[in-house]
Amino acid sequence: MRIGRLKAMAVKETLQVWRDPRSLMIALLMPAMQMLLLGYGFSLDIKHIPVCTYDRENSQQSQALLKHFQASQYFDIVRVVGNYPELTRAVDAGNCRLAVVVPPDFTEQVSVLGSGKVQAIVDATDDNTAQVALGYAQAVVAGFAAEVQLDATGPQVQAAAMIQPLSVEPRVWFNEDLESRNFIIPGVVAMVMALVGAQLTSLTVSREWERGTMELLVSTPVTPLEVMLGKLIPYFAISFIDATLCLVFAVFWFAVPFRGDLLTLFLTTAMFSVVVLGIGYLISVTIRNQLGASQIALLVTMLPTTLLSGFAFPIDQMPGIIQVMTYFVYSRYYVTILKSVFLKGLGLGALAMPVLAMAIYSVAVAALAARAFHKSLD
Amino acid sequence: MTAAPPSIVADELVKRFGTFTAVDRVSFRIAAGEIVGFIGPNGAGKSTTIRMLCGLLRPTAGRALVAGYDVAREPEQVRQHIGYMSQKFSLYNDLTVGENLRFFGGIYRVPKARLAERMRFAIDMAGLTGREDALVSTLAGGWKQRLALGCAILHTPPILFLDEPTSGVDPESRRRFWDLIHHLSEDGVTVLVSTHYMDEAEFCNRVALINQGRLVAVGSPVELKQHGLGGDLLLIECLPLGASIGVLEGAPGVRDVAVFGNSLHVVVDNGSEAQEALRLRLADQGLAATRIEAIEPTLEDVFVRLVASDAAAGARAA
Repeated sequence: MRIGRLKAMAVKETLQVWRDPRSLMIALLMPAMQMLLLGYGFSLDIKHIPVCTYDRENSQQSQALLKHFQASQYFDIVRVVGNYPELTRAVDAGNCRLAVVVPPDFTEQVSVLGSGKVQAIVDATDDNTAQVALGYAQAVVAGFAAEVQLDATGPQVQAAAMIQPLSVEPRVWFNEDLESRNFIIPGVVAMVMALVGAQLTSLTVSREWERGTMELLVSTPVTPLEVMLGKLIPYFAISFIDATLCLVFAVFWFAVPFRGDLLTLFLTTAMFSVVVLGIGYLISVTIRNQLGASQIALLVTMLPTTLLSGFAFPIDQMPGIIQVMTYFVYSRYYVTILKSVFLKGLGLGALAMPVLAMAIYSVAVAALAARAFHKSLD
Repeated sequence: MTAAPPSIVADELVKRFGTFTAVDRVSFRIAAGEIVGFIGPNGAGKSTTIRMLCGLLRPTAGRALVAGYDVAREPEQVRQHIGYMSQKFSLYNDLTVGENLRFFGGIYRVPKARLAERMRFAIDMAGLTGREDALVSTLAGGWKQRLALGCAILHTPPILFLDEPTSGVDPESRRRFWDLIHHLSEDGVTVLVSTHYMDEAEFCNRVALINQGRLVAVGSPVELKQHGLGGDLLLIECLPLGASIGVLEGAPGVRDVAVFGNSLHVVVDNGSEAQEALRLRLADQGLAATRIEAIEPTLEDVFVRLVASDAAAGARAA
């Protein structure tokens, strides 16, 4: 390997990235966009569910119940209707996810029977939100019932569903907003690096094939190793800049606590970069057109990192076979490391297992990548 | 000629792609400082041969030495000694003139002190002085072509492979390009250049005619024109052409009849004897030749004739 050739290759590649608007956008805008999108948009908490109310009694009692819905942070009363057809239209149009109907004899039920029934109509097209909404509705009604009981009448209030049978149990695994974000954002660093690293490198060799510059490159004395390293060095630098960008974003914008040390973070980030860049390079060498390469890169990096790394969906809640699969997903280890470094403040020693796995992965991918490119047009 | 070892030796070179034979047992020797032109139609195997000689494709069979190195076994050694211009323009369009030159200078490890001088030479040669910072994508065809040559000779290789370097370039630029090739040859550089322009073949020391992967003939343009036809060439003007061809084909001493515009080019064993005999033969059929005369064959005549007889030989063999 000759430093001069390596340098010429790296300089050329840097100039090309610098002049390619598509690459530049992936490198610089993508991290910020991902951070903002996932930081704000990807929340596991459900709040401000739009609610429509139909109060058929209009008594002091019924209004008191609806006030409880109004006061809850989980519900926003967006509409008050006066009849069933109107209510049906509101649900059909998607104006509300939940409709609460208070019967005309609500006060009587409560005082005479000692229990009252409130009807909850739920739009269950999104069954997850529907269940959560019912759970919250149940909690609101229960809260109201407790108040009424305190008023010494001792009634019981039950909620019933018309469209969907109620499975009403409060979900304890929902974090409050801030905690959910803390859980997700460290993993976004992995997402950004997987996306940016593999996307950019997937273009690098296929671009030469597509534009015909490969023919000339192959005719020169440059070695495959020089091609690989020369091409990847600029992207390695970009990966690091992006990782730092994400870190700054996470800590200073989203105020995610950073309790670990930077050395552990940067060392494992370097390993993860090697894996992701190596995979992108392997794809680029194999698939000789840019579009195909970038599609496949998306498939083998983003998809597993999103779904199987534990970035947002806890691995121990997955079916057994899927859990086994996650051990083959390289980003699983990095996400574990990221979360531990950020939230638990663990260092290299405590993270020996995932760090070792990352190291093995990076060596294996680097070895494969170094052998992938052959200087031949055959 | 001195006893210097040949720059390029091809020995029964074969390249097959699946069942298709692109290059079929091609052999030749090229001496140092020679300009040899590969002439042949598209798909004849010119590019494939050049790519094998550059070490870009592995020969299926046969052997080739470039600068004394085996192209299959020592491709890296070969690459140190050659410059290559591919058929498709293959410099980096998104880099400037200077950046491209610096890149290839770095890849070929041209010493820093020498690089500045070589870059100046290449830029002057390409006529790009003052445009060092222009993106290559903004250059017109002729400039691109000359810049590609500049990049290929930056490291002063003793052997140059140019694959259709002038295709798609205006005549003025083509002439300039050939001037450059002659200058390089005068400096001792061996040049193997492919083209499908017949007039360019005249600029070569020797010409190799390739058809359907086979080497049909090798020789200097003069030799080929004198002996390539295997006879003398007559120009005959006699209308209607169709009837005349019917009469002339198969006439004693006639080897080949080809249409050239409004007239016929007829290859005969003996030009002076045939002129009168053919005039009489045409007259017998009621055809009056307005013109019959011996002419100098062009390379195109030779090429058409050789390709035709090669095809006939191929058909007989099959």
